[in-house]
Amino acid sequence: MRIVHYLNQFFGGVGGEERADISPQVREGALGPGRLLEQLLPGAQVVSTVVAGDNYAAERLDELKAAVLAQVRDAGAELFVAGPCFEAGRYGVAAGALCAAVQAELGIPAVTAMARENPGVDLYRQALHIVDSGTNAAAMREVVQKMLAVAQKLARHEALGKPAEEGYIPRGVLRDEFVEETAAQRLVKMLYAKTVGEPHESEFTAASFPPIPAPAPVADLSRATVAIVTDGGLVPRGNPDKIAPSAATNWGAYDITGLSDLRGQDYEVSHRGYDTRYVEQDPDRLVPVDALRELEKEGVVGKVYQRFISTSGLANPLANSRRLGREIAQKLKEEKVDAVILVSA
Amino acid sequence: MAQITSVVPVAKMVGANRVIQGHGIVHPLGNPELAPAEEKRLREQILRQALESLQKEAGGEAPQG
Repeated sequence: MRIVHYLNQFFGGVGGEERADISPQVREGALGPGRLLEQLLPGAQVVSTVVAGDNYAAERLDELKAAVLAQVRDAGAELFVAGPCFEAGRYGVAAGALCAAVQAELGIPAVTAMARENPGVDLYRQALHIVDSGTNAAAMREVVQKMLAVAQKLARHEALGKPAEEGYIPRGVLRDEFVEETAAQRLVKMLYAKTVGEPHESEFTAASFPPIPAPAPVADLSRATVAIVTDGGLVPRGNPDKIAPSAATNWGAYDITGLSDLRGQDYEVSHRGYDTRYVEQDPDRLVPVDALRELEKEGVVGKVYQRFISTSGLANPLANSRRLGREIAQKLKEEKVDAVILVSA
Repeated sequence: MAQITSVVPVAKMVGANRVIQGHGIVHPLGNPELAPAEEKRLREQILRQALESLQKEAGGEAPQG
């Protein structure tokens, strides 16, 4: 089976965050996790590997898609594999987009793997079979094995079993099937298993993102108090609230009274998900105090709220992120803030 | 709230109503290749877009996914 494989700069062995902007490079043969593809499936051959940086992929997805589609076509691939991506968000979003494009535009089976919290999952789980990689990259071998099992069935146009049996993330697809037990019997069994702490699987998956009603427009910005909030992890030097650089459980509010510019020497960044050097050089690139002060002087906005609010938005369970959001919104309401600029790295 | 981000699809997926394209993941409101004064102008320009969107009715677009 001829395979084309996509990797980010990290798993492709090019480098870490400092190389996250590299443009797509095509390498002959297998690299990194691609070698496992060949080891675990007799007859599998990784014809070529495309490696691109996570930031390049996020910022120039269309160009990346075009490069990958051309490579998959030229290589005569019978299967496209991306990842596994685990918790890496930009990588997951890119892998999902590339698999969806290869499937839709070339009709070639495509498979990827990521952790359930990866933003790529909610974007692409309906279109793709995304293998559940868990969060631990040490399980690479097992994950690749599952990906290959799913890929082979896809390539043979064989029907796949249920998500839990095959190891892929539920796609939200309903399929009729004959069962021996009535719903009431299954329900009681499930309740029993739950009560005694045995494994059980719900037959229903709740939608993860209910619609959010849009707040009304700000009537008069020139009289409004505007606050800056960021999930990019900017904190005063020393990180006084000990905001964790990953899976943060708290947020901080930091005084900017009288400041018309944030200086790098006074701040640091607690966030392990992007190359933070540019923000550390000039924090206004994330928390735009200098420009917003100008707009305040000009009267475009009434007042800049006296603090900026910051947390670190990385690898955070949804329930936790929602709690942080609610707390921050509550605080801003109490402080009579009229509008918020949220800056995300 | 208006969100400035370089990964617009994710913001839309989770249901943000007012989303403005940032200038880069590692510097959503900057560009280290510009001279400081120019960079500040770029920042102000993106901020103005965000402030404009706050004064307009947001499309009640349902989240994807």
